[in-house]
Amino acid sequence: MNGNSTRSDFLLLIIFAAVVLTAPITLAPIGAGYPDILQKFAIYGIFAIGFNILFGLTGYLSFGHAAFLGVGSYASVWMFKLFTMNVIPAVIFSVALAGVFALLIGFVSLRRSGIYFSILTLAFAQMSYNLAYSVLTPLTNGETGLQVRHLAPADRGPDYVLKLVNEDLRWVDQAFGVVEHGIPITNLFGMKMSGYPGFYFCAVILIIAFFIAMRISRSNFGMMLKAIKSNQNRLQYTGVNTRPYLLTAFIISGMYAGLAGSLLAVTDPLAGAERMQWTASGEVVLMTILGGVGTLIGPFLGATLIKGFSALFSSYNENILHQFFSFLPEFMQDGVVAVASMFVGEGWELTLGLLFVIIMLFLPGGLMQGFYLILGLFKRKKTSPPAAGKSEA
Amino acid sequence: MAILEVSHVNKRFGGLKALNEVQLSVEEGSVHAIIGPNGAGKSTLLNCFVGRLMPDSGSVIFNGTSLLGLRPHEINQTGVSRVFQTPEIFEDLTLLENVMIPAFAKADGAFKFNAWYRVSSRAEVRDEAAALLEEVGLADQSKMICSALSRGDKRRLEMAMCLIQHPKLLLLDEPTAGMSRADTNNTIDLLKKIGERGITKIIIEHDMHVVFSLATTISVLAQGTVIAEGNPDDIKGDPRVQEAYLGGAHL
Ligand SMILES: Nc1ncnc2c1ncn2[C@@H]1O[C@H](COP(=O)(O)OP(=O)(O)O)[C@@H](O)[C@H]1O
Ligand SMILES: [Mg+2]
Repeated sequence: MNGNSTRSDFLLLIIFAAVVLTAPITLAPIGAGYPDILQKFAIYGIFAIGFNILFGLTGYLSFGHAAFLGVGSYASVWMFKLFTMNVIPAVIFSVALAGVFALLIGFVSLRRSGIYFSILTLAFAQMSYNLAYSVLTPLTNGETGLQVRHLAPADRGPDYVLKLVNEDLRWVDQAFGVVEHGIPITNLFGMKMSGYPGFYFCAVILIIAFFIAMRISRSNFGMMLKAIKSNQNRLQYTGVNTRPYLLTAFIISGMYAGLAGSLLAVTDPLAGAERMQWTASGEVVLMTILGGVGTLIGPFLGATLIKGFSALFSSYNENILHQFFSFLPEFMQDGVVAVASMFVGEGWELTLGLLFVIIMLFLPGGLMQGFYLILGLFKRKKTSPPAAGKSEA
Repeated sequence: MAILEVSHVNKRFGGLKALNEVQLSVEEGSVHAIIGPNGAGKSTLLNCFVGRLMPDSGSVIFNGTSLLGLRPHEINQTGVSRVFQTPEIFEDLTLLENVMIPAFAKADGAFKFNAWYRVSSRAEVRDEAAALLEEVGLADQSKMICSALSRGDKRRLEMAMCLIQHPKLLLLDEPTAGMSRADTNNTIDLLKKIGERGITKIIIEHDMHVVFSLATTISVLAQGTVIAEGNPDDIKGDPRVQEAYLGGAHL
């Protein structure tokens, strides 16, 4: 049993890696093979996989994880501005800082459970969002957002610290004599992190993040988290101090969010407070539920579906719809296009809402439940398998 | 030697005096039954031992340390396990996992961050859990999710979850309630077998057949007060007990 499940996990990892790495080719026919959208899949996949470590395993629903996403983005942009355009220090610092934030917010929020926990996390995220717009403007550049800029002049005055949001230093790059023409691009030891290299960087990190989440889920720690979700009281009477388990899970998922935020900045070096807004926190909840709470693959599927649909439907406009429905007689075409156009372009969220309702009604376990239903049909046709134990992919 | 010393414990719920100056001394290695009519305060008393309730006054000393003010997991770590009146198990997990979790809690302590190695790499724990499931007669279902179990099976599972911790003191709150005669007898046999391992037990029970098959000492609780204590023969003959508890019926 031991060897068997180790092998099937290894297989799952290989398949996952293959699917992710070949995405530029396999998704090209449906027009999603370009780096901008692929990066989004990978980055929000990481966000959702990490979110699932908290929500999926412990059942604690955080409504404030976008705060860590935002912290990750700001932290990375600051690393670019102050030290180097190399992405490695930025990623490391972002993950660490998001971890510290998660420690603080989690420590307080985890004093409550259920809806009170959710509200506390939401409150903290909204506080972060508001702080980013108000008192923290010297760090966040407020509504304009924080960006990588040109270097400060060599004869900078003593007040250069106050101008740092608009004039960068890049001490490390400067010490190594890197010459800049215009605004520099992020790099991995010289390899530019735009276009496909940027996607592949995110993809490799996604695969590592997936692997770690898989290890956590199969570990003792993961089992304790599942036990918390199942019956926290019993676990306490069984001798387990559940609070540090919850806090650790909260910090890990916060670090995943920080990593995702950092990668957003790596692929596009700017950070804005809207990344911390409650809608962003809600989106990762939707991704996880849509894909399948508590499953390994589900959150990634959910993230891909939501980001894919948003790109697809928001790009449609009336002209495209007219082409699409051109087989209809003229008098029907206008009516159909008028109705359909409510669901595309700016109205794509309406489509998403409908999709969500339909999936939740028929597949409360998310896309993964649908996947298992189909798998079950195929299996039953071949042989009738013995009732296996719980399988989690 | 007394392993658990309870003295002058009081607990009030609003106007109701649920426990009134309760005194209890549980000898190491004994099977101490607490009997009494419904609502006498038996479960409330156990709640005071495991950290679910804090008594208004009094003391509960286990093995030389006071249990009052300790949190539930701390009390468990001192060697006290409890089977609840309504089964408390991990419904969404398999039977095997249900038994392995308490084993890990015992082996690894209240918190240990081990997020890298697979659960199944700890073969010794899995084997012990499997052996215990065999012992309580649930081996066939060990890969099943627990929510499908019958109430009697859930209780036996909970017993296995407590036993794998090798507790010094095992608290059993009506372990045979709702069980068939056959299951009840199985449970008595199981508890007798555990007795041989020298685990001290406090058992709350309605079924007099169970009480007199197992108990070495009996305390009778009525309206929050201990009205009698002694060995089974004394209790059987005590007229106050017959009056308060058995409504005059002869044992
Ligand atoms: N948490 C509580 N709050 C208020 N009243 C309680 C609580 N727990 C128990 N009681 C009351 O205390 C009395 C003793 O209950 P209990 O200890 O469950 O009795 P039993 O001996 O049947 O186990 C009952 O009248 C019960 O209603
Ligand atoms: Mg009771």
